[in-house]
Amino acid sequence: MTTTRPEQPEASTPALQVSLFVTCLADLLRPSVAFASIKLLEQAGCEVTVPAAQTCCGQPAYNTGDYESSAPLARQLIKQFESADYVVVPSGSCAGMIHHHYPRLLDGEWREKALELAAKTFELTTFLNDIVRLRRGERPAITLPGVTYHDSCAGLRELGIKRQPRALLRELCDLEVTELPQSEVCCGFGGTFCAKMPEISGKMVNDKLTNALATEAQILAGGDLGCLLNIAGRAKRNGKAIEVRHIAELLAGDLDTPAIGQGKS
Amino acid sequence: MKQTSNTFLDNAHVALQDADKAQRRDIMALFTPLVRNAAMESFGHFEALRAHVKQVKQHSLEHLDHYLARFEQEALHNGNHVHFAADGEQMNSIVLEICQQHSARHVAKGKSMVTEETGLNDYLKRAGIRVMETDLGEYIIQQAGETPSHIVGPALHKSAAEVRDLFLAKHDLGDRELAETSDMVREAREVLREHFLKAEVGIIGANALIAENGYSMLVTNEGNGDLCANLPNVLIVCTTIDRVLPRAEDATATLRLLVRSATGQAQTCYTSFYSGPRREQDIDGPLETHIVLLDNRRSEILASDYKEMLQCIRCGACLNHCPIYAGVGGHAYGWVYPGPMGSILTPLLTSLEQSNALPNACTTCGRCAEVCPADIPLPDLLRDLRHEESERKLSPARWRLGLQLHAWLACHPRLYRALTGLGIFILYLLGRRKGSFKHLPLAAGWTSERDFPAPAGKTFMQQYAAQQRADKTREHKQATPVKRAPKPGRVSGRGTPVGRGSSGRTSAGRTSAGRIEPSMGEGWQHEAGPASPGTIRDSGKISGGSKDSGGKAAAKKPKAHPGGPRGKKPRRRKDHD
Repeated sequence: MTTTRPEQPEASTPALQVSLFVTCLADLLRPSVAFASIKLLEQAGCEVTVPAAQTCCGQPAYNTGDYESSAPLARQLIKQFESADYVVVPSGSCAGMIHHHYPRLLDGEWREKALELAAKTFELTTFLNDIVRLRRGERPAITLPGVTYHDSCAGLRELGIKRQPRALLRELCDLEVTELPQSEVCCGFGGTFCAKMPEISGKMVNDKLTNALATEAQILAGGDLGCLLNIAGRAKRNGKAIEVRHIAELLAGDLDTPAIGQGKS
Repeated sequence: MKQTSNTFLDNAHVALQDADKAQRRDIMALFTPLVRNAAMESFGHFEALRAHVKQVKQHSLEHLDHYLARFEQEALHNGNHVHFAADGEQMNSIVLEICQQHSARHVAKGKSMVTEETGLNDYLKRAGIRVMETDLGEYIIQQAGETPSHIVGPALHKSAAEVRDLFLAKHDLGDRELAETSDMVREAREVLREHFLKAEVGIIGANALIAENGYSMLVTNEGNGDLCANLPNVLIVCTTIDRVLPRAEDATATLRLLVRSATGQAQTCYTSFYSGPRREQDIDGPLETHIVLLDNRRSEILASDYKEMLQCIRCGACLNHCPIYAGVGGHAYGWVYPGPMGSILTPLLTSLEQSNALPNACTTCGRCAEVCPADIPLPDLLRDLRHEESERKLSPARWRLGLQLHAWLACHPRLYRALTGLGIFILYLLGRRKGSFKHLPLAAGWTSERDFPAPAGKTFMQQYAAQQRADKTREHKQATPVKRAPKPGRVSGRGTPVGRGSSGRTSAGRTSAGRIEPSMGEGWQHEAGPASPGTIRDSGKISGGSKDSGGKAAAKKPKAHPGGPRGKKPRRRKDHD
């Protein structure tokens, strides 16, 4: 054996059935994230379905303390994905919501169902790297300029996502991430926090942007659109040229979609 | 202490405007996690010991009545007087009474956040007693007329230059330079020595109370605690009921995490255990010792859903790792305890009405919980306090109603889809050229600090549904050609995935796919070409069409046949309907 890489699933082996939870931010503001996720999952030999009635995981209400409004959304999502084999989510915070907070939010039978859903729910890079072990073809998906990576807090601390996106960029794009100073410090998004306490949030995102610019990377990538919209919005406000993109887009080779917050050239 | 927690945002604004202090906080926020992490790394057993500490704390709290009774019994046996104080007022009056019994005019005091909580210094001062803080940080802020900004380093907000100016102004010691911090420390030591000798009563806090032997444990780096405890004739230990632990080894186990978490040291310079008054064979020590155990709502907290907060060992690691604390500093929180632990304790020990901004001063980033040596789920408790605010309608109505509306809408997928589809399309049209908005109605909080990135096109769900419809139509036409069968070559490239296990992944070069009805389109499998992961990737320029995704492209919908060069897998535009 010259290689220890596991092979991609053969065409004859049954494909993994994956249901994509698009997340509301990708649905509304950044469809390319969902399209890229589908492409990557298919590349990995999965069959992807997108339950049509899905909306939002309920984080906005939950994190603002409105558990009563959030719980029906949790139950709705559980029902919508009940029959799925695997649920994949291109967001650490939404996957973390399902993993850690649905069981906290719900009681009794619904809590059991929440735990069942949590057991088959994966954040995208975790699923691609750890579960299906997506490997590259003959050549990298894309040649990337310097990339730095923002570890979104929920993904990092609730789901332990750190190594996966880096491993995938290495595998699929031949790229070593230029590490961000203070990479494990929050960017100041925090859901409604950024609008409730804008001045403090502004200071935090400014620090994040300063650190990102210090890496001289052309692209800042991350796995959570909330953070990326925040950082991209601040970069735009400050007139900084760094491109902010979701990791799924890079892995799928999509640099044609304008970076977040960038107009059409 | 006058509470200003409710003006947190204004306090924060003031703090952020002070560039010098903001910069020092930034440096501290870099430095303190580094020393803590280095200490934990060389220690190597953080997770194991924190699980143990948590278990010990939980056990002690679950049996608090038992261990308090045991502690009292042992402490009395050692010759102490033990007092229980229901609230701050009661603690203050107990302390004052002891001072008055001994006609005390001077009190030397070690660092104690509990007495900050009860406002003891002002209380004694009003009764004509002079209280001198002897912890260097506490001494500095007492001289400056300020309050602690950090539970471990109360004067961390002050620069050396500020301390120099303060000492030059407050100490009547003639002309001198005080060029080095060591000069200032020496001067403080000399000034304080006098107060230690003058004091009739010493007051200290406690890091732990040990039930099995009735001892109290205190850690300091300056030794001032021991001087307060041993030089005056009377010692008063002011602490709270939640400090009690069953055994001495529990106290020392806690200590191993406490100090590393707080300052990155393996051990503080002084770790002291106080048993009681001077015994016959002792050459020094207080003649009379009192232990005042404050409740101040802690037994209420113990009976509530916030009981985990009582596991706190006051190390300050959550402050040091909190990006919001780093941004605004401790004073912005407007009461005794700042940072994540303070944002929970303040509403619990005062009221949520007086501090409803604090639980929201958190992005739930989880860095505090990650380093907490007692494994307290701080972000969860903060969120639960927000829940209480929401229930008691203490949060702004526009937020509550807005989020209720959002959640209601999201529970009605069709309506949600229709409204978001329309709204997003309008935002897309308005924002597509520049890519973002500088101002946006209803999003002032966002746009005051950053642009709002415009949607990249129609919603994903709209684009995806259109794609699915197009696929179905095409397959339907192909299966039952009525008028004009589409040319196979043109259709094949659309490669609708077919049943599982087939070459369903012939959707290779497509930007999106997804399973549709397995019974459909089987005739197209072979035309879609072999699907190996390699070809998928090689042909997969996913973003082919995304540049003009959305409305504009969608307008051209039915005509958008993804032709592509013969023999090559066509790139599928994700945006066509």
